[in-house]
Amino acid sequence: MASFLDSIGYNLWVLPALLAIPLVGAVIVLMLPVREPATTAAGVETPAARQVALWLFVLEFVVSIGLWWSFNPADTGWQAPIDIGWIPTWGVRFTLGVDGIALMMVLLTTFIMPLSVLGSWTSIRTKVRSYYALLLILTTGMLGVFLARDLFLFYVMWEVMLVPMYFIIGIWGGERRIYASLKFFIYTFLPSLLMLVAIIYLGLHLRTAGGTPDFSYDRLLTMESLPERTTLWLFAAFFLAFAVKVPIFPFHTWLPDAHVEAPTAGSVILASIMLKMGTFGFLRFALPLFPGAAMNPTIRMIILILALIGIIYGALVAMVQPDFKKLVAYSSVSHLGFVMLGIFALTLQSVQGALMVMINHGISTGALFLLVGIIYERRHSRLIDSYGGIARVVPMFAAILTFVSLSSIGLPGTNGFVGEFLVLIGSFRTYPGLTIIATTGVIFAAVYLLWAIQRILFNPLHKAENEHLTDLNKRELALMVPLIAAIIWLGVYPAPVLRRMEGSAQLLVNRVERAGSLPRVSEAGR
Amino acid sequence: MQFDLTMPAQLTSALGPDLLLMGGAMVLLLWSGWRRESDEHQRSIGILSMVLCVLTMVAVGYYAYRGYTAGDGVIAVDNFRWAADEIFLIATLGTIAMSLDYNRREGITPGESHVLLLLSTSGMMILAAARDLIIVFLGIELMSIAIYVLVGLNRRRERSAEGAIKYFLLGAFSTAFLLYGIALVYGATGATNFFVIKANIVHFNLEHSGLLLVGIALLLVGFGFKIAAAPFHMWAPDVYEGAPTPITAYMAAAVKAAAFAAFFRLWLEAFPTLLSTWHEAVWWLAALTMIVGNLVALAQRNIKRLLAYSSIAHAGYILVAMVVGTSLGSSAFVFYLFAYTMATLGAFAVIVALGRAGEDNMGVEEYAGLWSVRPGLAVAMAVFMLALLGFPIFGGIGFFAKWYVLEAALKAPFPQTRLAVILVVTSVVSAGYYLYVVMVMFMKPRSSTAILPERAGGWTRAVVWGSAAIILIFGLFPDALVSLTQRSTPAVSKEVALRSR
Repeated sequence: MASFLDSIGYNLWVLPALLAIPLVGAVIVLMLPVREPATTAAGVETPAARQVALWLFVLEFVVSIGLWWSFNPADTGWQAPIDIGWIPTWGVRFTLGVDGIALMMVLLTTFIMPLSVLGSWTSIRTKVRSYYALLLILTTGMLGVFLARDLFLFYVMWEVMLVPMYFIIGIWGGERRIYASLKFFIYTFLPSLLMLVAIIYLGLHLRTAGGTPDFSYDRLLTMESLPERTTLWLFAAFFLAFAVKVPIFPFHTWLPDAHVEAPTAGSVILASIMLKMGTFGFLRFALPLFPGAAMNPTIRMIILILALIGIIYGALVAMVQPDFKKLVAYSSVSHLGFVMLGIFALTLQSVQGALMVMINHGISTGALFLLVGIIYERRHSRLIDSYGGIARVVPMFAAILTFVSLSSIGLPGTNGFVGEFLVLIGSFRTYPGLTIIATTGVIFAAVYLLWAIQRILFNPLHKAENEHLTDLNKRELALMVPLIAAIIWLGVYPAPVLRRMEGSAQLLVNRVERAGSLPRVSEAGR
Repeated sequence: MQFDLTMPAQLTSALGPDLLLMGGAMVLLLWSGWRRESDEHQRSIGILSMVLCVLTMVAVGYYAYRGYTAGDGVIAVDNFRWAADEIFLIATLGTIAMSLDYNRREGITPGESHVLLLLSTSGMMILAAARDLIIVFLGIELMSIAIYVLVGLNRRRERSAEGAIKYFLLGAFSTAFLLYGIALVYGATGATNFFVIKANIVHFNLEHSGLLLVGIALLLVGFGFKIAAAPFHMWAPDVYEGAPTPITAYMAAAVKAAAFAAFFRLWLEAFPTLLSTWHEAVWWLAALTMIVGNLVALAQRNIKRLLAYSSIAHAGYILVAMVVGTSLGSSAFVFYLFAYTMATLGAFAVIVALGRAGEDNMGVEEYAGLWSVRPGLAVAMAVFMLALLGFPIFGGIGFFAKWYVLEAALKAPFPQTRLAVILVVTSVVSAGYYLYVVMVMFMKPRSSTAILPERAGGWTRAVVWGSAAIILIFGLFPDALVSLTQRSTPAVSKEVALRSR
């Protein structure tokens, strides 16, 4: 495979192609004729946009999957690098590259996107072309964030994600969509502008003799350290931007609103991919650029405790939600708490575990949101109380929901187990006390999800409306199968994924520890 | 080539583009009085005015291309002047194009309205060139008197008449401040030429002269009125609301830019040695303007008033570039003016396109569900709002403008970190009202009783799409624009300001 990829010069064009395909695709989708004559059996007018968008996303996935083989796990540098000038007078360059961390995030994105198109297949009936065009633009933004090696480019991509999602929530969302979309926008916009100020500061710090700033990530890594106070302010700016996105405990209030009001695909993308932007930002920028601040014992402890509060609080709040979609949304707060714990515990296993949780949460929670969307389309209610005993009516749906929930809980043999287990054993070495408390989060997860499943699927079937629900159709089944396959594969044989992430994770841990002057934790036990 | 401004012939050539515009405007004025008032005549005068604008732009471009310079005379011949001139002319071009459609709809037939715009623009060009307080005053009067008439163009409407009277009274008032300031500065320094003022301040050690300081304070108040900086901004919303929409666009874009250009040059060329004196005052003016403009804009439900407060807020951002007072600050200033002018012109063009005769439908809520009936205009308006918000890619150069100002603020010899933070925080506040417009257009359902807006005239659509294209294209590839503005600094000011402290 690798030699075939080499023969077509894959590494030379893959990253720009990944950014360009959705952009060009968005233009194509917008230029489609508004409506097409009947193509489905029922004679419903089917907009061509969704087919075109689906095939574009499949193409995007096919193009990106080559990275899996072309990626060399032994090389911890940038792979498939691109470096083109963009705004020379400001020292801004268009530089891209993947490492082990970005690789998995890119593949997760391209894997989830076609599924989210399938998930909105019938639920989006108005302004179909614009909807899919926005999804495509959003994809460029998200991939750009993962691939950017220039802080300016990173910031631009970071903001590019914001507008499409704002429109997706605000136009195709639920009842309180306007409130939710504005809240989402403002919450993200304020800290990212503060991050912009920090980025400008860093760029000017690196300016050349001629006064041209430099925003290159690689050069920032090797810069001489800044005064401690400055570092703390800069770290605070980056921290806020990422903490809101993760979201870390006190900054999480936009999340339930945005997730619940967004259309299914919006919730899936928000949970599966956009929440990872925050943790990815910590791994890529906040930790390596400011190890002194991030490893400051007080700051580290505060962040770890916030992560812990997130784990427990998210789980407890999820437990009492009457709305199933909101329950899933709060479970994200809990899961992302594990990621933060793993990142800031900073051992090889805990960082790898955090990356695994990021992937697994993307798959399992994405699947849960899709399932919520599927049942909502039939019954137009997200309240747990509206259901009960529907396992008898929709057995296939019930089986899949149970399976996905178990993976989200972290049952051994599913993907959820691998990540959380790695985080916990990794963190136990540096922070045993906190880790023991965090472990209860796993138990709470079992409580809220199993209890919800019991009330939805298994209690007596006492509502007449539920007696004639239809089970999954072929499209919905096709949508769930890849997710289930991924859940099982990552649960049983995660080694290929871990191997590809190991080099970059190790490099990160070493770099931060060395610069953060922390007593080094031995890597025995690997 | 260097002009010797003491020789009348050379002074005339140094004023070439300005004289071209003025002479052309006079000919058009005669021509417009030659025929009976009618819509056709009005349109032909308008089109000829646009041709004249384009010719002047070419002349300005030629002067800039040849790199003419001049000594320390009464007028400046430098790239800052040419850049400012081009911005005024683009704004004028857009305004006249909108007026062609607007005048037809509102039944405004005098062709002189276009000529008045040209005269006002020539006043602005003089302002951008002025290096003498008397010339500054001349430019301000030439610019303002034409605007007083234009605001009241729609004289049968109460609002328009009210706006005109208000603008006239306050304008006269602020001019008095300015004139008094000029008199005191002259009294203290014995000169009206910027360079002589600067030299005399140093020579006679006038840094603590009370007369001079009061004069500077009065000048600051006078310019504060013209650029609508808080707390001298009260007139702006009423006047902007009452004036015919194209004229509002012209005031928000060109008039503000011209006042800023003169303000900037005067401060950096005449008073650089007093930086420590005026710095604090302008700092507070900038901070207050950003805060007041953005906060009050949140409460606006009338699109023209909303944009009026937004223009006040932007005056605050531009003042940040001024506080910095370096050549980087002045190129950021030119860049920002350009970006702001394009976005403002575009936004008002959308308002013109959606207006109905009588212009009583100016509530933002009128645009509910616009996306489903006029998707193109809604998308363009979203671009302008995001540009004013300073959002990357979707807001095009709006983002780079803010970025440039922020960079200038942080790169200054005395980094203006606090102002930068105020700028950032107030920008987030501004998301509250810019997104409100976007939200109404895209996310509110169209009410069943809403009347379908008529198809906009071709000229207005050209302005909408022209400015949207400029915003988006330069938003992806700003490099050419950046290197142009880096050269568009006042010829002599340069780093004098920072050496003084």
